[in-house]
Amino acid sequence: MSAATGIAENTGLAKVLFGRLTFESLPLHEPIVVATFCAVALGGMALVAGLTYFRLWGYLWKEWFTSVDHKKIGIMYMILGLVMFLRGFADAVMMRLQQALAFNGSEGYLNAHHYDQVFTAHGVIMIFFVAMPFVTGLMNYIVPLQIGARDVSFPFLNNFSFWMTTGGAILVMISLFVGEFAKTGWLAYPPLSNIGYSPDVGVDYYIWALQVAGVGTTLSGINLIATIVKMRCPGMTMMKMPVFTWTSLCTNVLIVASFPVLTACLALLSLDRYVGTNFFTNDLGGNPMMYVNLIWIWGHPEVYILILPLFGVFSEVTSTFSGKKLFGYTSMVYATIVITILSYLVWLHHFFTMGSGASVNSFFGITTMIISIPTGAKIFNWLFTMYRGRIRFDLPMMWTIAFMLTFVIGGMTGVMLAIPPADFVLHNSLFLIAHFHNVIIGGVVFGVFAAINFWFPKAFGFKLDEFWGKVSFWFWVVGFWVAFAPLYVLGLMGVTRRMRVFEDPSLQIWFIIAGIGAAMIAAGIGALLMQIAVSVWKRKELADHTGDPWNARTLEWATSSPPPDYNFAFTPVVHDNDAWYDMKNRGYQRPLQGFKPIHMPKNTGAGIILSGLATALGFALIWYMWLAAAVFFIALIAGAIYHTFNYKRDFHIPVDQVINTEAERTKLLAAQAAS
Amino acid sequence: MSASTQTMNGEAPVFYVADEHDHPPGQSTLLGFWLYLMSDCLIFAMLFATFGVLGTSYAAGPGPKDLFDLKLVALNTAMLLFSSITYGFAMLAMMKGKVGSTQMWLAITGLFGLAFLGIELYEFHHMIHEGAGWWRSAFLSSFFALVGTHGLHVTFGIIWLVVLMVQVAKFGLIEANQRRLMCLSMFWHFLDVVWIGVFTFVYLMGVVR
Repeated sequence: MSAATGIAENTGLAKVLFGRLTFESLPLHEPIVVATFCAVALGGMALVAGLTYFRLWGYLWKEWFTSVDHKKIGIMYMILGLVMFLRGFADAVMMRLQQALAFNGSEGYLNAHHYDQVFTAHGVIMIFFVAMPFVTGLMNYIVPLQIGARDVSFPFLNNFSFWMTTGGAILVMISLFVGEFAKTGWLAYPPLSNIGYSPDVGVDYYIWALQVAGVGTTLSGINLIATIVKMRCPGMTMMKMPVFTWTSLCTNVLIVASFPVLTACLALLSLDRYVGTNFFTNDLGGNPMMYVNLIWIWGHPEVYILILPLFGVFSEVTSTFSGKKLFGYTSMVYATIVITILSYLVWLHHFFTMGSGASVNSFFGITTMIISIPTGAKIFNWLFTMYRGRIRFDLPMMWTIAFMLTFVIGGMTGVMLAIPPADFVLHNSLFLIAHFHNVIIGGVVFGVFAAINFWFPKAFGFKLDEFWGKVSFWFWVVGFWVAFAPLYVLGLMGVTRRMRVFEDPSLQIWFIIAGIGAAMIAAGIGALLMQIAVSVWKRKELADHTGDPWNARTLEWATSSPPPDYNFAFTPVVHDNDAWYDMKNRGYQRPLQGFKPIHMPKNTGAGIILSGLATALGFALIWYMWLAAAVFFIALIAGAIYHTFNYKRDFHIPVDQVINTEAERTKLLAAQAAS
Repeated sequence: MSASTQTMNGEAPVFYVADEHDHPPGQSTLLGFWLYLMSDCLIFAMLFATFGVLGTSYAAGPGPKDLFDLKLVALNTAMLLFSSITYGFAMLAMMKGKVGSTQMWLAITGLFGLAFLGIELYEFHHMIHEGAGWWRSAFLSSFFALVGTHGLHVTFGIIWLVVLMVQVAKFGLIEANQRRLMCLSMFWHFLDVVWIGVFTFVYLMGVVR
């Protein structure tokens, strides 16, 4: 924008302090952005005022922000995901509206400059700051409970990872009001994303948001692998782990083995942009295709990072609500491992049209189709689990069935796209958009809703309201199909993605139908928020004191809801892969005495402080504030070193406190049994 | 630990561990750090791959034969290899609980590391002086990215080494410090292995090509 085009550049001291940040960087000429800013500012002020009035800052800082408890961090991840989901969905609604309007010579209501940022932000936010936090949050909350552990392997690192992810999200949010976001599409292909064609701060916001969040994601991946490998309770061999833990393990292996690729790829792009290297330039030997290859070597495993944990969720839900052991546990585990490995052998199918030649395309087309085999095996396992089961159609099970119907169709259009000749027709069209929304919404989003409805009573001690849940369910599922079926049709007719205006008036009706679908999804989201609000309101009625409201099968249901800080007063011993079901079956008696003090990690503010510095460093680099960047960088290193001088990172929960907590639960259980 | 996973016939199954024990902190640290190293290894793998693809794109500029002084690089390699050996001596001293000799070997390791960095910076300076900076061609971009990233790792390794020397001086060879020294040991040797790759793949094969 203006700063880069030289209309108003900082000079002298201002340049040293503020780099290229000027008053013109604030998008005051965009009424939509200004109105959004006012709304956000008012909402934010109301929130801050409310927190101050009710004196909640201390509580939040002590009990949540600095907490190293995996359960609290998991919940914070879910909240981050939900907040960013609203932002990402607002972008989606703006696009649907623009495309429904921009016909017959109308330019719609978004200019190209703004529209391009909207579709880029939508993709980036939905993948990195909605789907990833949801998935990481679920794994964080559930995995240690499922394996009978008291926390993750590196509790401080867990807190730090969360705040790094949040730091990335904050940078994306700042870009809405200070400067602008990338206009390149969610993967920022060069040469478009290089300095010559994108001289503004947009791509820099993109790079640093993802780099800051990426550190968090990689570290949380390492953390969860170490947790699952090292901290399982006695008796839980690898093949006795719950399926969700298995899929989490594979997901985190994928994270650790793919996010460094993204880090390296974006680092090279930033070198091109900041110091003038020639990795992805058009001249002096640079090769933009290198970037496309590198980013998809990360990008394809990424989609399995998103879906695998939800496959685990569906497995737990199907077996719980069918009242049966999961059909084909072993094949489920192997299918997950095979998907993990194959996900590295298919990246090129994202650019069949970019000149790799017939043999290379055939190889990647075939590997892509092979992935549908283990995925299909999973679908059959779920169906056979339901077969002759006593199925209870509670909300988690409803979402699971909606997933199976929706995802299979998304999978089939995926196999269509895997055929290189077909892909030459469908590449970059709305058919592709419909396909990946079909698998991501039908798989990841539906899965997250299944998981939220399933585990919410575990996290908070009361169930979610059934009525509003069903309203949300039907609006979502029907709305999804109304919104995306038209895109399949348009894609087959040859309409490409990321278009802002259209010439052919006969297409408009399909975009209007898609817009109606988006409105239905909006109603579904409204109903979801209503569901949460109503459930909090009626929490006494919906309360569950047993800790096991669904008659479920895995260890997390053996403890109270919400679980105490230490998860289990005694470390469980496991004999079966449905450990809790086995315990219930064989007359497990909850121990009432013999408690000991419990060794736990201490809370620390280091995570939020260091991430804050990293985020500030990112902001300074985006705006070329070199002095500030140096200061924040040194502060970050010094802060990290200072933190290593703290050797006292653990404490013991006194035995009296354990006795009291457990006695409380005994009372609740007795009351529940009596009523 | 009172539990066995198998229950004998007629015996009541055991569902929990009755005797609580402290978990020594850092029991997963070495595994976790190893996983981190592997993720770092992937970053290097990407930089090697980039060099593999772009390493011959000279853009009519200087190539490896014009730029690399193998004698200097051999000297540099020797510095890093010696530093790995001396780090090994530091670890041996640590096992024996000798604070003084651990510190001495750590200091020598750090000096070798500094010598390595010094020679590397001299080489970079020389190349830039000749007009063969990272902006000149894709070959030089990928060269500086790969070798520079390695050098940056060595720099952080030296900072970490100094911090650990302070901590050992302050708190002695306590369990936590031993664990940290083990982690730095893995890091240091890892950088050595990566350098072997750089030496072979970038310098030797570059000159042969």
